[in-house]
Amino acid sequence: MNDLFEMLSFSFMQRAFIVGIPVALCAALLGVSLVLKRYAMIGDGLSHVGFGALAIASAFNLAPLWVSVPVVIIAAFLLLRLSESSRIKGDSAIALISSGALAIGVVVATVGNGMNTDLSNYLFGSILATSESDAIMSVCLSVVVLALFIFFYGKIFAVTFDEGFSKATGVNSGAYNMIIALLTALTIVVGMRIMGTLLISSLIIFPALTSMRICRTYKKVIICSSVVSVVCFVAGIVSSYFLETPTGATIVLVNMLMFFAFSALSYLAKRRG
Amino acid sequence: MSIIKCDNISMSYDGVTVFDNLSFDVKSGDYLCIVGENGSGKSTLMKGLLGLKQVRDGKIVYSDGLKRNEIGYLPQQTGAQKDFPASVYEVVISGRLNKRGLKPFYSSADKESARLNMERLGIEQLKNKCYKELSGGQQQRVLLARALCATSKLLILDEPVTGLDPIAASEMYDIISRLNKENGITVIMVSHDIVAAVDHADHILHLSNKEVFFGTTGDYTHSELGSRFLYHNCHCEGCERHSRYHHDSSHIHKYTNRAEVQRGE
Repeated sequence: MNDLFEMLSFSFMQRAFIVGIPVALCAALLGVSLVLKRYAMIGDGLSHVGFGALAIASAFNLAPLWVSVPVVIIAAFLLLRLSESSRIKGDSAIALISSGALAIGVVVATVGNGMNTDLSNYLFGSILATSESDAIMSVCLSVVVLALFIFFYGKIFAVTFDEGFSKATGVNSGAYNMIIALLTALTIVVGMRIMGTLLISSLIIFPALTSMRICRTYKKVIICSSVVSVVCFVAGIVSSYFLETPTGATIVLVNMLMFFAFSALSYLAKRRG
Repeated sequence: MSIIKCDNISMSYDGVTVFDNLSFDVKSGDYLCIVGENGSGKSTLMKGLLGLKQVRDGKIVYSDGLKRNEIGYLPQQTGAQKDFPASVYEVVISGRLNKRGLKPFYSSADKESARLNMERLGIEQLKNKCYKELSGGQQQRVLLARALCATSKLLILDEPVTGLDPIAASEMYDIISRLNKENGITVIMVSHDIVAAVDHADHILHLSNKEVFFGTTGDYTHSELGSRFLYHNCHCEGCERHSRYHHDSSHIHKYTNRAEVQRGE
């Protein structure tokens, strides 16, 4: 018990919780739509673009969030366009953009600082990376994402379930796709400092897939994946503190365990039913 | 009063023209079936009517005060929906979104409309069931209820019975006819089931690569295009003539005769 209080007395741990919990929540909410729309790879592509932007920002001594937020938002719109157009293969385009951005980021980061520890922090996340001003902005962004998601909940369901119907009956589905892309971009930029470029997309994909093992309605999937996401995040941070393992990777491992547990439960439920 | 008027429209698909100078109009209360072979442009025309695709030439006029958000649409199911976690109620009520504008959440009028339309299609006991666990016929009813939430004027249906067993298909046709006759909803249906189309619709638009028929179902059954696809026992002068033409296989005999002649030598 004392260990727990000791853990919470560190200011970097407090910041990690303050930034991380809202991000985990947002990622879970958006993840459901992204997974169902077959856009899961966009999340991965965006985090790589975010890495490139962060590397450039730190090379030029700019505030990282102010650079990466607009860059990633632009990339999100681009990727959405690419995956909608039938002429270009969307998945290959995403692979091109993400590996390109990753390469730019790696080169800039090594030339700029010549230090490998920084690079590893970017790629795999670091709990120490969040400064106080970052934390404040992160929380603000998360609140915006949450508010917009709740406000557009019905429309996000409709364009996820059946875009053609929404469009044909006069709902502006293009605009709501943009909103989904915008919210995803914000969530990824905020979350990638803790989770790392290579691991942030798991925060989006795992909770959605986990809850879909068991839940059968959209509302239940949304609620369940929010709970799963926050629980896994907290459990991951706490165990990484005590086991002295990297935070981002530990959170992903906890998510994996949860996924297997839900799969087993759904298997058992099917056998009994 | 026509509700939709197509004036000399031409549309293309991937740069290839699928039809040119097509004109027809749909009056309020009509039941129009659009039939035709694969690739004749049925789906392209429907996308044009729905505003999902631009017409290349000519124009589609919506009159009688029909607004974009007063069209109900029953699409063909996509693969993504087959494993989508959603309850029947969530799907049905999402048809009301086009009336909400930017306002969030659903009002009690929306909920009432969803309940009414589920009742109309006999699916109110499925309300909390998971959409993907329903049978094909039940899923189509759910999507039709959603379309009814979006409109009380015009329904556009894309191959509504594809993949349904014969009983579910005939139930689906009955429901659509009832909505048209009893509730006065204008129906435009794309189908490749010409026999059922003639049974239920009162107007037929037959798209074919060479010719186009548009008119009432009665005229269609006696037309050249119609009699080619319908097996019926009408012996009126026109049908007899068409039938002689369709069964005329002299060009085949010519070749077989020549083969015999050659063998004889």
